[in-house]
Amino acid sequence: MSAPATPRRQSRQREPDGPPPPPVVQRLRLRYAKRGRLRFTSHRDFARAFERALRRAEVPMGYSAGFSPHPKISYLGAAPTGVASEAEYLEIGLAEHRDPEAVRAALDACLPAGLDIEEAVPAMTGGFAERIEASHWRIELAGLDPEAVAGAVAAFLAADAVAVQRMTKNGNRTIDARAAVVTLLAGGTTVDLVVRLTTPAVRPDDVLAGLRDVAGLEPSLPPQVTRLAQGRLLVDGSLSDPLADDRG
Amino acid sequence: MDAAPDSLFPRLETLLPRVAKPIQYVGGELNATVKDWDAVSVHWALMYPDAYEVGLPNQGVMILYEVLNERPDALAERTYAVWPDLAALMRQHGIGQFTVDAHRPVAAFDLLGVSFATELGYTNLLEALDLAGIPLHAADRTLDHPVVVAGGHAAFNPEPIATFVDVAVLGDGEQAVLEMTDVVAAWKGEGRPGGRLGLLERLAGVDGVYVPSFYDVAYRPDGTLAHVTPNRPGVPARVSKRTVMDLDAWPYPKQPLVPLAESVHERMSVEIFRGCTRGCRFCQAGMITRPVRERSITGVGEMVQRGLTATGFEEVGLLSLSSADHSEIGEIAKGLADRYQGTNTSLSLPSTRVDAFNVTLAKELSRNGRRSGLTFAPEGGSERLRAVINKMVSKEDLIRTVSTAYAAGWRQVKLYFMCGLPTETDEDVLEIAELAKEVIRAGRAAAGHRDIRCTVSIGGFVPKPHTPFQWAGQATADIIDARLRLLRAAINSDRSLGRAIGMRYHDGKPGIIEGLLSRGDRRVGAVIERVWRTGGRFDGWSEHFSYDRWLAACTDVLPAYGVDLDWYTTRERAESEVLAWDHLDAGLDREWLWEDWQDALSEIEVDDCRWTPCYDCGVCPDLGTATQIGPTGRTMLPLSPVAAAR
Repeated sequence: MSAPATPRRQSRQREPDGPPPPPVVQRLRLRYAKRGRLRFTSHRDFARAFERALRRAEVPMGYSAGFSPHPKISYLGAAPTGVASEAEYLEIGLAEHRDPEAVRAALDACLPAGLDIEEAVPAMTGGFAERIEASHWRIELAGLDPEAVAGAVAAFLAADAVAVQRMTKNGNRTIDARAAVVTLLAGGTTVDLVVRLTTPAVRPDDVLAGLRDVAGLEPSLPPQVTRLAQGRLLVDGSLSDPLADDRG
Repeated sequence: MDAAPDSLFPRLETLLPRVAKPIQYVGGELNATVKDWDAVSVHWALMYPDAYEVGLPNQGVMILYEVLNERPDALAERTYAVWPDLAALMRQHGIGQFTVDAHRPVAAFDLLGVSFATELGYTNLLEALDLAGIPLHAADRTLDHPVVVAGGHAAFNPEPIATFVDVAVLGDGEQAVLEMTDVVAAWKGEGRPGGRLGLLERLAGVDGVYVPSFYDVAYRPDGTLAHVTPNRPGVPARVSKRTVMDLDAWPYPKQPLVPLAESVHERMSVEIFRGCTRGCRFCQAGMITRPVRERSITGVGEMVQRGLTATGFEEVGLLSLSSADHSEIGEIAKGLADRYQGTNTSLSLPSTRVDAFNVTLAKELSRNGRRSGLTFAPEGGSERLRAVINKMVSKEDLIRTVSTAYAAGWRQVKLYFMCGLPTETDEDVLEIAELAKEVIRAGRAAAGHRDIRCTVSIGGFVPKPHTPFQWAGQATADIIDARLRLLRAAINSDRSLGRAIGMRYHDGKPGIIEGLLSRGDRRVGAVIERVWRTGGRFDGWSEHFSYDRWLAACTDVLPAYGVDLDWYTTRERAESEVLAWDHLDAGLDREWLWEDWQDALSEIEVDDCRWTPCYDCGVCPDLGTATQIGPTGRTMLPLSPVAAAR
């Protein structure tokens, strides 16, 4: 026997006084970098700083409606805290048209050195998020023997699967660090890594854990990781520029 | 000795991937200043002795940082308490306490100024000194070590940390740090005559500067103080606090710091006045910051405008001890709301009294942005108790105020009370439940629906120096815990109303330790040191605070002096007793404080001297100051909005 259906309470939908926010008339896609000591900013930290920069730069942002209006910003997957990046992407919605280069320069001037807005293009196409299929990371392993690095990379690539542990909020979780790896290339103590975007995402940390697990590669200094590019995976293993389609 | 120290950052950087929230240690805040070490003669390190996220927004540190960095002959850098994860790594790798601006070692600075908003930062001072490699005891320091300076409200009784600090500064710091900088610059320029002692003697000549080692404390056989007397010529018997007059001449911070890390106050603050003469008897801030000095309406307007341009914040807090009391607050609220129309800039008054006018104000202030919550502080549950503490609010005032708020669309109102006030009984506390229920009843009627809530937030009362309650016995933790249990039961006794009432409180134990540190004397220093040596840090954080650790330290240390924890906390003091801070002058006349304490016990209220005749608290004649309030009659002119769509 099922419980009698409770009538759904009519909730009083409250709306703020005043006119609704102006519509978005222009979208800009931005590439930004996270460098040096500011690689320790988390994504949340960056988002707060970026919103303040928008206000200081007087960018005419579009806002969401409601009691807590938020500026129209969408981020594409951000690099982890502590990892530098030359290729982070986001999109903003403007309530008035602006010259993209002027917006870029103004925003860059309003952000601290190390959080740098590199490019801005008007959005001409849809499917921005789908243009990110893979990520190219460069890992510097200072203090290690180049031969040991090369050997570990070879051992990693030779494995069918490399199970690594990752600490999450819900305890340890095991993921395969191997399957998503497209390229892993050692040159001296530098490793270039191209990883396909999967769920759960395989991050440089996971690959480093894999190198440790398969070959005992244990850096004495913390590895310095930089994201060099994101984009569609091309046949030659390189990545397409996700802003190329919008440059027209 | 003054060669520019190397930055510790390259070594620190390798540790940062291993700690929580590394961004708090890297600096690079918007509006931060890094100056050339060799280009200036006086180097200040300024510390807020709590986590970065709490310390960064601190207005006092921000003001002094800017005032000092504006001088061509000085620099100031900031340092904050380091969390235990990084502290352990720093010890392991031999990295000292560092500034976040240029990552210079704190030990290399001429002065280390520490701002104490609360006594619970004392163990963090010891941790920072130890990490910096500075001897814990002032007596062990040499010319190679910074002069350690304590400031902030807790410095009005620095006796518990007298062993660890070289100097305490009483009152407003802006002018005091500038004069101290002059003294240090001159002393260094002359080749440091008299060494460290020579410098301390010169600093003792600056108004508001107290050098604890220049005073001897004698005790009676019963453990009370016999006297505190200067032990050298040229030192004042009493040190009086500093008072900055004309706030419009001190529009700081002009370039508020904006961190990349998240902080406890994600807004810009503008201090609209300093001081308060409402006369709430529990309130140390209101007693030690007298008289009231208002910033003018145009001064406020300029600071808001300049600050928003410099920071990009979307909320501005109008700070003071009771912001709705500014003589031109209505005009300020309307002027700012008009100026920032259409810019998603919200304005807030962090502290509001129980007054229906404040709801109108809050509505005006939230016109352009997010609507902040409303908090009212009746402080005492019963009319009788409110007379004791001189919080002149009637039940009718409160009901009228919250009804206005609910009718204006607020669904949630927060009420703040204290528990453990002098003369308090169970019945006084139980009246909080009745008040809260009445609030919900009246609120439902005013709102026209049942979807409203009220949160009752309760703090344990801690008697503070330089207040009429400095003689009072503190309520035991057991009494406070028992009364709060009764209150919870009373609120829950009515299901319909009780469900709409939330209750927030802490147990009474941390308040007892705060009480020990607030009214402690120099003997308490040994307790603080023992607690730090047994691992005490971050005592303001419930996950780090350990009552048992403090109790054990008291049991180890205090019996040798013939006193104990209760002696400092729950014991009522006699009028004749020498208090540990009697030689430090907040301007208040001791006889007036005692009379006000007696009036409290007789439930006699006293009016605010801003709109009734002076009641002779002593501050103005003693310090040569006077109340500075408007209205100025000036108006805030509209500007082209800062961030409006253009």
